[in-house]
Order: sequence, then C-alpha cells, then structure tokens
Amino acid sequence: MSSAPPPHPPADRGSGLRWSAWNLLLLLPLLMLVTPWFNRATPRLAGLPFFYWYQFAFVIVGVACVWIVYAMTRKPARRAGSDAAKGARS
Amino acid sequence: MTGGQVTELVVFLILFGLVTVLGFVAARWKAGDGLNHLDEWALGGRRFGGWVTWFLVGGDLYTAYTFVAVPALVFGSGALGFYALPYTVVLYPIVFLPVLRLWSVSRTNGYVTPADFVKGRYNSPLLALLIAITGIVATMPYIALQLAGLESVLRTIGLNGHGLLGHLPLFVAFVVLAVYTYSSGLRAPALIAFVKDILIYLVIIVAIVYLPAHFGGWSHIFDQAATTLAKKSPTTGKPAGSILLTGTNQLQYATLALGSALALFLYPHSVTGVLASKSRNVIKKNMIALPAYSFVLGLLALLGYVAISAGVKPLVNGATGKPDTNTVVPELFAHTFPSWFAGVAFAAIGIGALVPAAIMSIAAANLWTRNIYKAYLHRGATPAQEARMSKLASLVVKFGAVLFVIVIDPQFSIDLQLIGGVLILQTLPSVAIALYTRWLHAWALIAGWVVGMGWGVYLLYTIPAATGKGHFGGSALALGKLSIIGWHPFGTSTTQIYVGIVALVANLVVAVVVTAILRAVKAPQTPDSTLAADYHAEEGDPLRTPDQALVG
Repeated sequence: MSSAPPPHPPADRGSGLRWSAWNLLLLLPLLMLVTPWFNRATPRLAGLPFFYWYQFAFVIVGVACVWIVYAMTRKPARRAGSDAAKGARS
Repeated sequence: MTGGQVTELVVFLILFGLVTVLGFVAARWKAGDGLNHLDEWALGGRRFGGWVTWFLVGGDLYTAYTFVAVPALVFGSGALGFYALPYTVVLYPIVFLPVLRLWSVSRTNGYVTPADFVKGRYNSPLLALLIAITGIVATMPYIALQLAGLESVLRTIGLNGHGLLGHLPLFVAFVVLAVYTYSSGLRAPALIAFVKDILIYLVIIVAIVYLPAHFGGWSHIFDQAATTLAKKSPTTGKPAGSILLTGTNQLQYATLALGSALALFLYPHSVTGVLASKSRNVIKKNMIALPAYSFVLGLLALLGYVAISAGVKPLVNGATGKPDTNTVVPELFAHTFPSWFAGVAFAAIGIGALVPAAIMSIAAANLWTRNIYKAYLHRGATPAQEARMSKLASLVVKFGAVLFVIVIDPQFSIDLQLIGGVLILQTLPSVAIALYTRWLHAWALIAGWVVGMGWGVYLLYTIPAATGKGHFGGSALALGKLSIIGWHPFGTSTTQIYVGIVALVANLVVAVVVTAILRAVKAPQTPDSTLAADYHAEEGDPLRTPDQALVG
C-alpha cells in the first residue's frame, strides 16, 4: 500500500490512490488479535468468561470503525479531481 | 428411524421442496437479456441492490462452516474454535477499501473473476492461469465442507446408512441443487438466501433464548465445559482443550483469524457476491451491516459448549464407522427441541449449506470458462457458448466436491476450509496487492506463488492426523517443526501457527526479492490494461470495451 504514484507512464495509467487519514481507523479492530490482553476468565458477564464477552464487544468496535470511515470519507471522494460530476450523479 | 425422526424428515422435505420451487422460479426474477449471457447467469446482470447483496454475501460467508464446523471445533477443543468471531470482526475493516477498487475496475473493464482482473492488470497469461487454477482447486474443499454439513443433518435424521449407500441422500440433495443452479444461475441462491436467513434467524433466536436456560445458564455451561475439556483423552494422554487459550495456541488463534479474513475475499465466490452488486455504495453499506451476522456466529460457536454441557455424544458415521463431530449441533437440536422444530432447524442448516455451495460452484465454473476454456481452448467462444460451458463446469465442480467428502475425512471438517485457505492466500499478492500497486513484477509474483504454494502444501502434508499418523491432518503447525531446507529457525518450540500465514510470508518475501532483482537488471515489464480512474468508477460511469482498454 505505497502512496507513491507508480513509476510507469503515461500519467493516467497506474493505481490512482486516494488517501484519507480516516482510513487509519480501519487498523484499530486488528487490536483484537492481541490475545494476551483478553485471555482471562474473569470478570464474567452474564455467565460468559471475559475472553468471550470482550470479543463480542469488539464486534461493535469493528462496525463503528468501518461506519466512521464510510461517513467521513464520503464527501472528499466526490470532490476529488475530475470525478466531481460523476460522483455527484450516482 | 424413530417416530420423531420421521417428523423431522417430513418437515425437512417440505421446506427443502419449497426452496426447490423457488430455485426454478428464480430464473424469471429481475430477468434481463436472457440467461444465455454469462453476465446474466453468473452475476445476475450486475443489478443487485443493498438487501439482495446483504443476503447473498451473507449467504456466502455464513454457511455450514458457521452452523456445523465451528461449533464442532469448540465442542472438540474449546476456546480455539472461537477464532471464527475475531475472523469476522477484522474481516470487514481489512477488505473495505480493496473490494471497492475491485468492484470499480471490474465493472469498467467487464471482469467477472479475480483472474480476469490479474490478466488485465499484468497481461501475463501464465499468472492469470495460475490464479484461475488456484481459485478452482481452493473452492472445492470449501464446497466439500458444505456437503459434510448437509450430510451431518441427514445422518442425524436417521439416514445413516453403511458403505456407499450411506452417501445416497447426499447425492439426491445435490442433484436437486445442481439442476436448479444450472437453469437459474446466481439468481437461484440469491433468492433462496432470503428463505435461508429467515429460517436460520428463527432457529438461532430460539436456540439462544431457550437452550442456555434449559441447561442451567451460561455460568453453569462454561464450568461444565471446562471440567469436561480438561479430562485427559485416553488416546493422546492430553486434555482435549480448555475454555481459555493455552500457551501454545494463542498465535494459532490470531493467525487463524487473520489468515481467514485475508483469504475470504480472494475466494472466487466472495468476489462474485461483490461484483453482482450494483454500486460502490451498496458494497460500503454492506460492509457496515454484515457484522450483524458476527454476533450470530459467536453465539452459534458457543452451542459447542452447550452440547458438552448437555452430554451430547457425536453420532457414529455409518459410512466410516467413526464418531462424526459435525453432528453435535444437529444432535443437540434433535434431543432438546420438539421433532417438528428440529426439522425446521435441520432444513435451515441444510439450505444454509446449499446456498453457498451453489454460489461457490458458479464462481469456480466462471474461472474455468473465462480463464481456461476461453483463454486456451476456444478463443472465439460466443457469450452463449461461455454461459453453456459455465453451467456444465458448475456441475463438474459440485460432483468433484462430493468425491472430496467421500475420500477425505479429517477429524474436524473445518480443516477442509482451512486447507482451502492456505491455497487461496497464495493469490493475495497478485490480486489484493495488485489493486494498489504494480510494483511487484509479474514474474516475481509467479515465483512467489510457486514457493508459497509448494511450501504450503508440503507443510500441510507433514501434519499428521489426530492419531499421530497420516498426512493432511489439519492446518496448525508447531513452530519447532518449521524447517527451511533443514534449518529450524524456531528450535523445538511447540507454539502452533496457521500454515496459511507461513506460506503467505514466504510468498511475499520471494515476490519482493525477485522484483528487486528484476528491477535492478531492468527486466521488461508487461503492460497494464487498466487506468487509474477505473479504480474509482461509480455506477453510471462509462464502460470500456477490450479494444479501447488496450488503446487506453
């Protein structure tokens, strides 16, 4: 995921990357993979050991992150460059 | 067969008959220019809106894997099986941006398969062929998992015959599926996915509300599961598992979740679900809404513990003579629900296996037609010939998967899907990374694929079955067993890791090193048929014909 433009001409070839800092938020749910942080039995919630309800709670974190990126990147994408008219149409 | 089983079978058959009729009706639903065109048969005319996509992609992801294989793993080894929940949580943030680029570039250039995209991006026939073959082969064990799930239901109903006769109900169910997929294409599973989800939500809600209370509440269920899993197995002398991760399987847990998430949208059937939607916005909204299924998946996984607490014993498979852990959830339902409702639950599981199996076989068939038949065997094929070829190939793929179930018999059926994952992950550099950059050279990607695939399959071969003998017994490798031409970088470590991630790392390292070398010697690049703007195209933007694409 390099943000540098690809090296080969002509100019309209290549990858057309559009960057937004909000996209970094998509990395946050990956913290769920750090198992030592939650591999514990207590405290229990409604009988579920911590290990289980912590991960259920992370479903909400995942949804929130994707939703925020969706909401915050909608407008800039439409304004960008020559695509303004096309974006507004759809 | 007992009286209860007869009731179960009757309810199962009524619901199964209903979806069969739906499958035939589907051919006329939102019909376009006729099913003789591949875009129509295979992508529903690229016209699916938000709700259809939600059910269709949901139908792809939440399958017999969710209802049978994951709870079976939790039943057999405890916390490890719960990796399926983090898998579906990290999945959407990871794929959110790449699938949008894939949708746009595929729509503009008329791509139907991942191999189509690779062909357009790199113009390397060999690379595109490797991607197509990988997609077809990796899909087969995934379809086989669906069949194993369907079979577990039929056996619980009492159709548990011996020998080859024991597989008869499976053949019958699949002939029905094959015939209506053949006539309706993607519209059949898309329409049936509605029925499937309604049935499944009904069953889940009842199961989750009723079962924990019935067996003394979650606290009691977890305590009992912990005690049972801690008992030492008479065959291996070790405990079966635990309700928390242990020192050796934490890395396995994380790599299984990450590897599965990276793999899912490389499978041709997931790509089909994405490409069939009508706009970027439909996909974006779905990526936000689809995790609603994750809650369900997590709760279903916990049914493995409920089954332990309920004292469920896996049914002995009449065909193999061994206990079949896939049957624990069906058995749990059969013992705790009234017969008619158990029948509804079985139909939900059965249809939940058929929908994805249909989508998978269509997607694998497209790869065959577009990237092998048309590219190598019959270059001038008309759209009608292409559609006919795909229909025939979808039959072949389905029956290939039937053979897979009969011939291969791992301890946990989930390993079928995980072995498929090791294979499909090797296409990540050529498909997912290529969506962002062409820095990696086509020949470097081929070299990476050869090393990743070769090593991945070799490592799978070295993993023995639970008995300590045999090959292809699972997908977890002890780091101490990992050797690079005789060198053991991790000594005698017993920490487990998912083979797919190991093979993918090797693939990436080779691809980067070979690219650096090829760039240093200024090796010629293959041309790119895609344009920068293609990756952001919206619904309504102009399409390009293949000739225009070459001119740019």
